[in-house]
Amino acid sequence: MSFELRVKVLLLAARNSGLETQNMPINYYIFLSVALFCIGIVGVLTRRNAIVIFMCIELMLNAVNLLLVAFSKMHHFKRAVADVSAGSDGQLFVFFIMVVAAAEVSVGLAIIVMMYRNIHSVDINFLNRLKH
Amino acid sequence: MGITPILFWVLSVIALFSALMVITSKSPMHSVIWLIIVFFAISGHYLLLNAQFLAIVNIIVYAGAIMVLFLYVLMLMDLKKETEPQKNRWLKLAGVVGGGSLLLVLIAALRKVDIEHGIAETRLGDIGLIENLGKKLFTDFVVPFEISSILFLSAMVGAVVIGKKE
Repeated sequence: MSFELRVKVLLLAARNSGLETQNMPINYYIFLSVALFCIGIVGVLTRRNAIVIFMCIELMLNAVNLLLVAFSKMHHFKRAVADVSAGSDGQLFVFFIMVVAAAEVSVGLAIIVMMYRNIHSVDINFLNRLKH
Repeated sequence: MGITPILFWVLSVIALFSALMVITSKSPMHSVIWLIIVFFAISGHYLLLNAQFLAIVNIIVYAGAIMVLFLYVLMLMDLKKETEPQKNRWLKLAGVVGGGSLLLVLIAALRKVDIEHGIAETRLGDIGLIENLGKKLFTDFVVPFEISSILFLSAMVGAVVIGKKE
């Protein structure tokens, strides 16, 4: 089936179910995710508090998650007629990223707490003796 | 303009503004609060994309569990006493210029890209529902799912071992 026909089928199905179709171009999601990711990078580069740096890393992870979901919906829109569950892999990857992020946060915060207990600060500049 | 673009722009503005407040607010406590608002805005985006399972999981795991963990650690540390030492002004400027350059390069590279039929389907499609994701998760992705439970166990053990007073 050609793409135009698929789109027509989808639009018809949507119209019958009473929803008006308003789809967003994927470019908007790309630029939103890029902006969020760069804000996270600026935060990592400019702050000295280890906890804030950790939060900025979470922000970057979430930007990537948002883009994965947007791409999965784009893939689904393209291939929904050929494969009903097309694109659900992307959303499962997001799920696994969340799982890994939760594990990472628990270990990372434990490390930060240990660092605070030893040097009574969460300033990353005190860690420069790791260089030697 | 329909309701979908309006929702998209409102959620995007909230997310970007809160993300900027995360990195500019002085107190780490305020950063945590702003980050929770970012997560709620991103959950709104997931709902708009009809990824309902991920929207709920995002709120439960990120805004619920992870940010509470951050708040706990912040309260345990009691950082109010000393103000956060600031980085050298030039280092800060270098960081902002570096991040801004990355943003500039990525936008310049992606501005002209023309993805064929690049449309993200909003408010339609049922791949994001629990039924479909669950079927996929327990058939095709069952091995990674079980491995992630081992990962959680090792993370738990690791957190306890690291956090223990010696």
